[in-house]
Amino acid sequence: MLARLASQRLREIRQVIRQIPQTTRSLSTALNYHLDSPDNNPNNPWEFTEANKTKVKEILSHYPSNYKQSAVIPLLDLAQQQHGGWLPVSAMNEVAKIIEVAPIRVYEVATFYSMFNRTKVGKYHLLVCGTTPCMIRGSREIEEALLKHLGVKRNEVTKDGLFSVGEMECMGCCVNAPMITVADYSNGSEGYTYNYYEDLTPEKAVEIVEAFRRGEKPPRGTQNPKRINSGPEGGNTTLLGEPKPPPCRDLDAC
Amino acid sequence: MGLGSIASRALRSNTLRPGHTNLLRRSIVTTTELRNAEAAQAQPETPPPDLPPRTPVAGARVHFPNPEDAIEVFVDGYPVKIPKGMTVLQACEIAGVDIPRFCYHSRLSIAGNCRMCLVEVEKSPKPVASCAMPALPGMKIKTDTPLAKKAREGVMEFLLMNHPLDCPICDQGGECDLQDQSMAFGSDRGRFTETKRSVVDKNLGPLVKTVMTRCIQCTRCVRFATEIAGVQDLGMLGRGSGEEIGTYVEKLMTSELSGNVIDICPVGALTSKPFAFKARNWELKGTESIDVTDAVGSNIRIDSRGPEVMRVVPRLNEDINEEWISDKTRFFYDGLKRQRLNDPMIRGPDGRFKAVSWRDALAVVAEVIHQVKADEIVGVAGKLSDAESMMALKDFLNKMGSNNVLCEGNGPNPNADLRSGYIMNTSISGLENADVFLLVGTQPRVEAAMVNARIRKTVRATQAKVGYVGPATDLNYDHEHLGTGPQTLSEIAKGSHPFSSTLMNAKNPCIIVGAGIFERDDKDAIFSVVEAIAERAKAVRPDWNGMNVLLLNAAQAAALDLGLVPESDKGIESSKFIYLMGADDVNLEKIPEDAFVVYQGHHGDRSVYRANVILPASAFSEKEGTYVNTEGCAQTTVPAVPTVGDARDDWKIVRALSEVAGVILPYDSLSAIRSRMKTVAPNLVNVDEREPATFSYSLKPESQQKISTTPFKAAVENFYMTDPITRASKVMAQCSALLSKK
Repeated sequence: MLARLASQRLREIRQVIRQIPQTTRSLSTALNYHLDSPDNNPNNPWEFTEANKTKVKEILSHYPSNYKQSAVIPLLDLAQQQHGGWLPVSAMNEVAKIIEVAPIRVYEVATFYSMFNRTKVGKYHLLVCGTTPCMIRGSREIEEALLKHLGVKRNEVTKDGLFSVGEMECMGCCVNAPMITVADYSNGSEGYTYNYYEDLTPEKAVEIVEAFRRGEKPPRGTQNPKRINSGPEGGNTTLLGEPKPPPCRDLDAC
Repeated sequence: MGLGSIASRALRSNTLRPGHTNLLRRSIVTTTELRNAEAAQAQPETPPPDLPPRTPVAGARVHFPNPEDAIEVFVDGYPVKIPKGMTVLQACEIAGVDIPRFCYHSRLSIAGNCRMCLVEVEKSPKPVASCAMPALPGMKIKTDTPLAKKAREGVMEFLLMNHPLDCPICDQGGECDLQDQSMAFGSDRGRFTETKRSVVDKNLGPLVKTVMTRCIQCTRCVRFATEIAGVQDLGMLGRGSGEEIGTYVEKLMTSELSGNVIDICPVGALTSKPFAFKARNWELKGTESIDVTDAVGSNIRIDSRGPEVMRVVPRLNEDINEEWISDKTRFFYDGLKRQRLNDPMIRGPDGRFKAVSWRDALAVVAEVIHQVKADEIVGVAGKLSDAESMMALKDFLNKMGSNNVLCEGNGPNPNADLRSGYIMNTSISGLENADVFLLVGTQPRVEAAMVNARIRKTVRATQAKVGYVGPATDLNYDHEHLGTGPQTLSEIAKGSHPFSSTLMNAKNPCIIVGAGIFERDDKDAIFSVVEAIAERAKAVRPDWNGMNVLLLNAAQAAALDLGLVPESDKGIESSKFIYLMGADDVNLEKIPEDAFVVYQGHHGDRSVYRANVILPASAFSEKEGTYVNTEGCAQTTVPAVPTVGDARDDWKIVRALSEVAGVILPYDSLSAIRSRMKTVAPNLVNVDEREPATFSYSLKPESQQKISTTPFKAAVENFYMTDPITRASKVMAQCSALLSKK
């Protein structure tokens, strides 16, 4: 009797515990603190290239001279493009020097925004949208296919240094879900592109990756040949004729 | 069957009931009227007939800079008049309502991110964060409505969501804001079933222990470091649930005020490392005393348990240290437990010390002092001497016929005649009114960290300009390094230096001369140049006195007040009998080989190596003593712990010695010696009151000295080790190894 009671109670408790999700969210950002490594430590010299120095001047000219710190995000972005898609701590220090703030104020910004990568990424950084519409349309499968094809984990770089896969939240392309973004750092900050590839299937995503590997630049946008941008498949289905005036109003009288 | 069947039936009926499957989910609000706040609110309000007068929280004061700007607000129906620009929270404080808060701190900028201070404001659709909301005329603030309570309960639940339940092993336990406020607004159970967040602990150095998982992201420490300490090391990293406080790169907090983050942290995320797991705050006896490690005289509370000083925390004193203290003040107390002298000792012929009785030790000293000539007797008071003992020492040696009594740090030829020539005439809180500072040979950051914090506060608030003459240094505010030597001062005095025009145009110029100058041979010349600058800049007027001296040691001001001035310059070199009363920074090389050295003090520090007789005395934490700080405010220490071993109070030892030597001093109680002090320097008995100097430097005779070109030296080499107690402290040794800038 008692044993039966006890086992029943145990089953109940177990059920309650099982309801607690034990997953930990893996965020796209790296750690919130810096660990010295040979290619990422404050002693490494880091400077903007000559071409980018003029860009820095241009960016700073957008802001009043006593509010230089407003330029922190564009400058970090420029530094990231120049440094192959990620920000070593010395680059952040350089930005802090340019905008004349304490380095920690730059670290705060760089850690806050998930599009600043503080660990190495591939030359082509693939960002899979993970927000609801894309997820419903199969973004999980796309990510899985990419990871399997490249043989890496999320936020890991392939051995040849070409690719890395990360997750990004809604990029506003839900009408063409599922989609990925490819941040192309292969040509430095001059040839930097940030393109959306939409209407994907797992196979299509792998094809795009292979095209990048061959050095091609596959056309951005929807990958469904029957669609133009975000238009419906096979051409427009509504609004085909001249729009009719609302029946209740006499527009000519205006 | 019987009991078993009843139980199983009960269980079955339980499992069948649909609303009971969520065993862990319970409502946090238990009182029914709180569930529908609107309904409770809708009831017609009957204003209480007459409200009893309320007292402001923690003595909050209202200051009306402009009487026309007063506005009236109603806090829980009680009308209060406040100046324009105050926040709702401040208005509530004046009305006597304490609003719970975590991120708000009156001395820091407003962040408004903890949301604990939510109150209800009439006609506002949502509860408002009172700390960030400016009070508007006629605002009707309600602090104890069901809506406000429910809002705070919600905030509290979110705060506790990721907060570990480790109060039993947390050093903040018992003095934790979160613990206290969760008593009022917390639930007895949580609804959060996910795993709690955990954060990697940061290494902030040997003083501050971090348990970052406990952090509730109030950002008080970040704001303190940025605004008051002036070291921008801490920041808020990451976002959302991954947000954490940190330095990003491995960096120690190299501020001389870093210990204050322990006090301002509302939870146990930042606690004292030396005090970790040592005691609970309710076991401690607090004694309100005075800090003696520098000349500021910060107000402290010595927390002790039995005979041991467990920690030192600041006391509020708006005129001196506000509510901060320096790291040296906070953490040097472990020096009180090491290297202590506890028995009278005599150095035998073999060079070794032998413990003897007080009777024998005093007899030996009395015998020797009678064998030397009167002008060969020298007395040196140490950095930590209190006024009573210096009075006794001076009286005793005067009775022996010698007038060679000096105090360390005051130099060979101090000016004790004009009090304005050695105290901070502007007063520490008065520094806030200055608009241009000229620091002459002083590095307040290491000499007097609290004065430096005051200057930094002024610079931050009013963009006051700071000119600095002395060796290149890192002051934690913008300053202009004008030069390194006295010739820069001459240029300013002549008006040929660009900074002199800044100084001339200043409304309230403030000149601070470091006490390191006292040791220079051309001291009088430098002072006359500085006085010339003050004259040109009109720094001394009836309504403003901007001529200051920043002293280094706790004993200095009282020593000069009591007239501890050596008769001859060559006092120590030609002496045969030297009485060192806690003096450990005298140049031992200068003491002649055949001189008889008596060391009376509490630590076996430098001078003990040269001493012939050791008389153990009590430290500042064990005695009642009067200290005068650099602005001329007399304050007293109170014994917090019993003395060590056979040690006695300094003045009592001198008194006993005088009796053995046959020249009895006419006082044998503390009140008697204080009345003797009163005849010499009446300001010494006006405790806790700043006595301004009456006469200015204009009465001083002309100096015939020439200024030399020797650049100014740093008066304090190592901030963490300046006196016998700090040199004996292990924590201070760690600090100077890790944190001192090379």
